[in-house]
Amino acid sequence: MILFELIEYDILRVIWWALLGVLLIGFALTDGFDMGVGALLPFVARTDVERRVAINTVGPVWEGNQVWFILGGGAIFAAWPPLYAVSFSGFYLAMFVVLAAFIVRPVAFKYRSKREDATWRTRWDWALFAGGAVPALLFGVAVGNVLLGVPFYLTEDLMPMYPGNFAIKFVGLLRPFALLAGVVSLSMLLMHGAAWLSLKAEGIVAERARAIGVKAGMVAAAGYALAGLWLAVGVDGFALGEVAANGPSNPLYSDVTRGGSWLSAYAARPWIAVAPILGFVGIALAVMGLKAGREVSTLLWSKMGILGIISSVGLTMFPFILPSTLDPNSSLTVWDASSSHQTLFIMLICTAIFMPLILMYTAWVYKVLWGKVTEEQVTDNADTVY
Amino acid sequence: MEIGLVELSRMQFALTAMYHFLFVPLTLGLSILVAIMETVYVMTNRPIWRQMTKFWGTLFGINFVLGVATGITMEFQFGMNWSYYSHYVGDIFGAPLAIEGLMAFFLEATFVGLFFFGWDKLSKVQHMVVAWLVAIGSNFSALWILIANGWMQNPVGAEFNPDTMRMEMTSFFDVLFNEVAQAKFVHTVSAGYVTASVFVLGVSALYLIQNKHKDLARRSIAVASAFGLAAALSVVVLGDESGYSASHTQKMKLAAIEAMWETHDAPAPFTAIGFPDQEARETHYAVEIPWAMGLIGTRSLTQEIPGINDLVAESEVKIRDGLIAYDALMTIREQREATPSEVRETFEAHSDNLGYALLLKQYVDDPRDATDAQIKMAADDTVPGVAPLFWAFRIMVALGFSFIAVMAYFFYRASFRQMQFPRWSLYAAVAIIPTPWIAAELGWFVAEFGRQPWTVDGVLPTALSASHLSIADLLITLAGFLIFYSVLFVIEVSLMVKYIRKGPFQDVEETDAWQERHESRLRSETPAPTLAATPAE
Repeated sequence: MILFELIEYDILRVIWWALLGVLLIGFALTDGFDMGVGALLPFVARTDVERRVAINTVGPVWEGNQVWFILGGGAIFAAWPPLYAVSFSGFYLAMFVVLAAFIVRPVAFKYRSKREDATWRTRWDWALFAGGAVPALLFGVAVGNVLLGVPFYLTEDLMPMYPGNFAIKFVGLLRPFALLAGVVSLSMLLMHGAAWLSLKAEGIVAERARAIGVKAGMVAAAGYALAGLWLAVGVDGFALGEVAANGPSNPLYSDVTRGGSWLSAYAARPWIAVAPILGFVGIALAVMGLKAGREVSTLLWSKMGILGIISSVGLTMFPFILPSTLDPNSSLTVWDASSSHQTLFIMLICTAIFMPLILMYTAWVYKVLWGKVTEEQVTDNADTVY
Repeated sequence: MEIGLVELSRMQFALTAMYHFLFVPLTLGLSILVAIMETVYVMTNRPIWRQMTKFWGTLFGINFVLGVATGITMEFQFGMNWSYYSHYVGDIFGAPLAIEGLMAFFLEATFVGLFFFGWDKLSKVQHMVVAWLVAIGSNFSALWILIANGWMQNPVGAEFNPDTMRMEMTSFFDVLFNEVAQAKFVHTVSAGYVTASVFVLGVSALYLIQNKHKDLARRSIAVASAFGLAAALSVVVLGDESGYSASHTQKMKLAAIEAMWETHDAPAPFTAIGFPDQEARETHYAVEIPWAMGLIGTRSLTQEIPGINDLVAESEVKIRDGLIAYDALMTIREQREATPSEVRETFEAHSDNLGYALLLKQYVDDPRDATDAQIKMAADDTVPGVAPLFWAFRIMVALGFSFIAVMAYFFYRASFRQMQFPRWSLYAAVAIIPTPWIAAELGWFVAEFGRQPWTVDGVLPTALSASHLSIADLLITLAGFLIFYSVLFVIEVSLMVKYIRKGPFQDVEETDAWQERHESRLRSETPAPTLAATPAE
């Protein structure tokens, strides 16, 4: 017997589907508040010192947090190669905008306070704003498009194709439902960033952040509820016919039909309702915490809300990962878009070894950095902090 | 050459990858140099070493962030621009990229923040450990990336699965211990160490010329020249190892680098200089060193190194063999489980050369319809551009040897001549600052241009690997990257210059206090009281 056959192929696929969720959620929970702080920057901090306080709350940790995004890319490549191939090339120009944001953001953090010049600093502040707000919006738009289905098909050689004009394809992403998903994502991360600032900053910066965070949380909850209703009445779901859960990863081997509702998943698997409930409860408690000025618990509630919202999308769509509107049979599902049995197994071993280590040393770093960033700290250490 | 989608995709990849590698080598080397300096500080307690750690650490940080930022593009660009490649080999190629994130990049990125922000939050030893973790993380990162790249050069431990229409991993162990990857890893990180050493040497020499920060400059030269000498030797030795492994893994690349058109009786001569002519398939005005090529390439006097013409003939045989596999594959695809077992057996017997049949896709939709003339053209396509490889390789090697000489000279002056450096040598050290970058970029050029016409050697042609995007898509992003990257480059260099001009931050009080303690210790036999950790700045 070969070692990797210790775990059945279909079980490995489900584990990797869950790990995909873990990575996306890990990214949203950590880098999410970095993006939120960036997007809040012009509104919560007006003077240079205030801005430096806000920036320095994430200064030492954004770099590690951003690795969730990069690891997400790498893990999708390793565990879901067809998803990596189809989605990033299909959302080509949108991906380019996200990359631009993720390139400019690190540079802005690092270089902003390296010159005294006020114009220089203002420019980088806007870069931080865009570097936070634009990806926060676009990630939601992408999720919305995945729920709606994406116009691609696979050739017999499994070459992904996206017919149509580049501009229409890019603008075509901005469908009303997808924009709503973008609003949910942006407001959710604004709330998260506000919860972070409330914990790590003090005085006027934390106060302004709390005020905006309350509103953002309300918008997120309302938008999420509206999106649920929209899914119930206005969006076609997809359904998978008979499929071999242990079969080869060839999307063309499966039989997919379009129609019905995504929400029928809640009839088939009622327990998944726990995800949206966590989403609503988490946001509600975070909003109340922001109002009352509670710090640590608010951040935790905010995390729970985000966890609930993101996992609800995955659970609702299961086993679909990327449905195709042009040729439903080309749709990528958990059963036909993974890596080989052996690769999934090896990657699982690696993850089981390194993920606990990552969580441990990340926790240690946060512990070392525990405590509020104050205006005195920033002015006294003007040379070493951002 | 007509500029089509594939050419634009290649240009974009070359632009973003080579730009990324402007920052990576300095990160690889400077992270270690900084950790070494901090270790000396912890061991000796002398404030000057902490100043050095902080000063070079600041320059490290300005450079590091652009390495990170441009690395993001690399992680996603395979999917964006090379979607067929990603589908075709993701089962193997994705794994090292993901492990890089898990094992290496998380480590370096999590601790790099603490390196800059943790001076007054950590004990001295803790902070030193953090510096080492950043260095180890950066270098492990390179290991996994080069395992991925090494697999593109020498695709071991994988086979084609006709049901999924892609390559799948058969042995993770083989992918991991791929000889090409191992040699490349040490060669590449050593090149990074040389780059950082030349950089530290050059900036320190500038300070000595300007007569300032002399304590810092002298000590930095001592560290950089010792480290740089070892690294420069390692680059050349492992470069030779890469050449040796190419003689049995990538024969065509080796023959192209050497402009060896005909197979020569062993041991083959090495063409030191000449003018390769791709059309005529000969090298004009060649200056040859007898035996040298045979010795370097095969480490024997009797083994032949095949020339380009023989390799082209071999490619033609492989294309015809690959067509048998392709034909069987089409049957399998139609009949799926119902495929007779003989057809599957036929496929397996010939599947090693399937990639050669795919070379014909440029000329015909169905490779089985290809004419003899088209097969000949496809076989000719397996020869990369000889003259650029020939020259790039020679300039790289010349620079590599010159780094040994430079480092040896400064090491000698630093160790045996009381750190007295003649003025001309200081000017020379400043002048050569850009050269390791040139050598590194040329090295990548040789490795990747020499791999053409394949993305994965013998498995997947480049022409087939690219995403089916529109030309407009590519023009937008190519222009975007070009403008964006140019602006960032100007900003980065200007900040580097600003912080080099500014020089190290010297805590006068602390230095004086240390000096006093030091002198009192020299005067009296009794040891001074144990020093508390130096206060934070």
